[in-house]
Amino acid sequence: MSRIDTAFGKLKQQQRKALIPFITAGDPSQQLTVPLMLGLVAAGADVLELGVPFSDPMADGPVIQRASERALKNGMSLRGVLGMVAEFRKQDTTTPVVLMGYGNPIEAMGWEVFAQRCAEVGVDGVLTVDFPPEESHEAFEHLQRHNIAPIFLLAPTTNEVRIAQVAKLARGYVYYVSLKGVTGAGNLDLSAIAQKIPQLRKHIQLPIGVGFGIRDAATAKAVSKLCDGVVVGSRIVQEIENSGEKNVVANVGKLVKELRIAIDQ
Amino acid sequence: MSYNYPDQQGHFEQYGGIYMAETLIPAVEELRQQYLRFRDDPEFKAEFAYELKHYVGRPSPIYHAKRLSESLGGAQIYLKREDLNHTGAHKINNAIGQALLAKRMGKKRVIAETGAGMHGVATATVAARFGMECIVYMGAEDIQRQAPNVFRMKLLGATVVPVESGSKTLKDACNEAIRDWVTNVENTFYIFGTAAGPHPYPMMVRDFQCVIGNEARVQMPEMIGRQPDAVIACVGGGSNAIGLFYPYIEEKTVQIIGVEAGGHGIASGKHAAPLTGNAKVGVLHGNKVYLMQDENGQIIETHSISAGLDYPGVGPEHCLLKDMGRAQYVAINDDEALAAFDSLCRFEGIIPALESSHALAHAMKIAPTMSKDKVLLVNLSGRGDKDMNTVARIKGITL
Repeated sequence: MSRIDTAFGKLKQQQRKALIPFITAGDPSQQLTVPLMLGLVAAGADVLELGVPFSDPMADGPVIQRASERALKNGMSLRGVLGMVAEFRKQDTTTPVVLMGYGNPIEAMGWEVFAQRCAEVGVDGVLTVDFPPEESHEAFEHLQRHNIAPIFLLAPTTNEVRIAQVAKLARGYVYYVSLKGVTGAGNLDLSAIAQKIPQLRKHIQLPIGVGFGIRDAATAKAVSKLCDGVVVGSRIVQEIENSGEKNVVANVGKLVKELRIAIDQ
Repeated sequence: MSYNYPDQQGHFEQYGGIYMAETLIPAVEELRQQYLRFRDDPEFKAEFAYELKHYVGRPSPIYHAKRLSESLGGAQIYLKREDLNHTGAHKINNAIGQALLAKRMGKKRVIAETGAGMHGVATATVAARFGMECIVYMGAEDIQRQAPNVFRMKLLGATVVPVESGSKTLKDACNEAIRDWVTNVENTFYIFGTAAGPHPYPMMVRDFQCVIGNEARVQMPEMIGRQPDAVIACVGGGSNAIGLFYPYIEEKTVQIIGVEAGGHGIASGKHAAPLTGNAKVGVLHGNKVYLMQDENGQIIETHSISAGLDYPGVGPEHCLLKDMGRAQYVAINDDEALAAFDSLCRFEGIIPALESSHALAHAMKIAPTMSKDKVLLVNLSGRGDKDMNTVARIKGITL
């Protein structure tokens, strides 16, 4: 059984919801990424989404755009991100790690090489924002061969036919984008999420994580009641941006602990 | 087997596609369905033809640049005068087509990206014409380079949003327009300016721009009794080029030449010529194309004197035409384009856009190697009024 399935299985037994924080690899520095990952787990994260920085992050708002720019300036590359996961796995063999980003860095590396490296270093899932199911055949084949879960996004605009399509391809969990907009936007509508989730459940047996626009403990708690996991990205990345390198691990840990407590209540 | 691209999924063999975030997939699918529904609708076609004739001023003439040709002593250069269109470039053809579609889809808000500002001006123009709200995203760097066009867009009632991220040029303006679209997808139509992006844009923009080549195919025989020996156009994303080329694809006696921006020279790395510079294939802005990138798949900053060609990718159909060998792609450097710009001003009394000057420069390069009975048709895609500041600055003149 994969690390993602094990993690969600355990949570289900405990009747708890997953907390899935996102950070951009290489932000604020390459040296701090693995300590941040370990800190997130210590603070109560169940799955880690590790952002692979890209020069043109079209689906991201200003906060994650700036994180990508900082990471690239720090010399971060897909190769480097994979190395960080290997480093992380020396100290944590159970927490699932999902790489999230855009397709071109993977295209440049080649999907087969990438999937193989993912399996070697201990990556569990891959979410490629700009590769919808229609364009994911090749990616899917290579990821499957190496038992890496392709994680797909679903959106408020996704109709039922597409939900069923994604249900067939997805592994691990699916990520429901809770609003029309870029990451970090502020127009979250809880009742709209509550309406959409049952439609997703009709087709999707996998756990459903919800993200985009979750900015505080109260929202995280409210959203967690509606699904299986809560993804928090921009809020954490903002904390990284606002903290000095000395305090960043502690500050992020504190924030994630608050989210954990809220979700578990 | 005759040429018939893209396929149902928007692929030109391995190129093209719909590489977009999930939130926008239903929007591009709706656009595809609506476009296919109206494309052959007699009423839509009649309205488009009416607007092109009475608002844009089509057909645009073809002009024999005799003095310029004589000075070169070889092939005859003819110009397809898209610069004479309303708003001064070919961009208006596509903007009108998409605005008519937006109107039928009930979208009251249109957005656009712009590089040189010509597509922004065209979009602002049609938005005013059809009573739509218009937001144009433009790189902060380009706003500097193309100040007159920024003012024109504002006069026409558009909001121009400066984009400060990345290289502050066309690609970043695209990113920002996509972010707007994903946020306002329900009431907003994205009037995309070039024959690239997710399906159906490459096909739809090509279809709207094909009026250029369709007219030329009728006009050339009227003027010289035959088709030209070559058709030549500049390629950034490649909309004016595909508009001229597409109707000539099956016309095997006509050579097709696309001219990319060579910037400081291909060898310098500072250029915007993914096809000529042997860029790797990659994915950006919704399609798989030849794409300028580093070894890690990060998009690299491009350089061209002309803002409209300053883009790291290129439309998917040009990628296919290159692979098939049906079209040839070459690069023209900044200084060669400037020399061509000067020549057309002095020999013909026509001030060309810096983008179009690239196509002209290549024609001027090959004309002397050809006999005098050969004919080159150059797409003069836009006029150079917008480039006064850039050219003056290079010549060390303060306006």
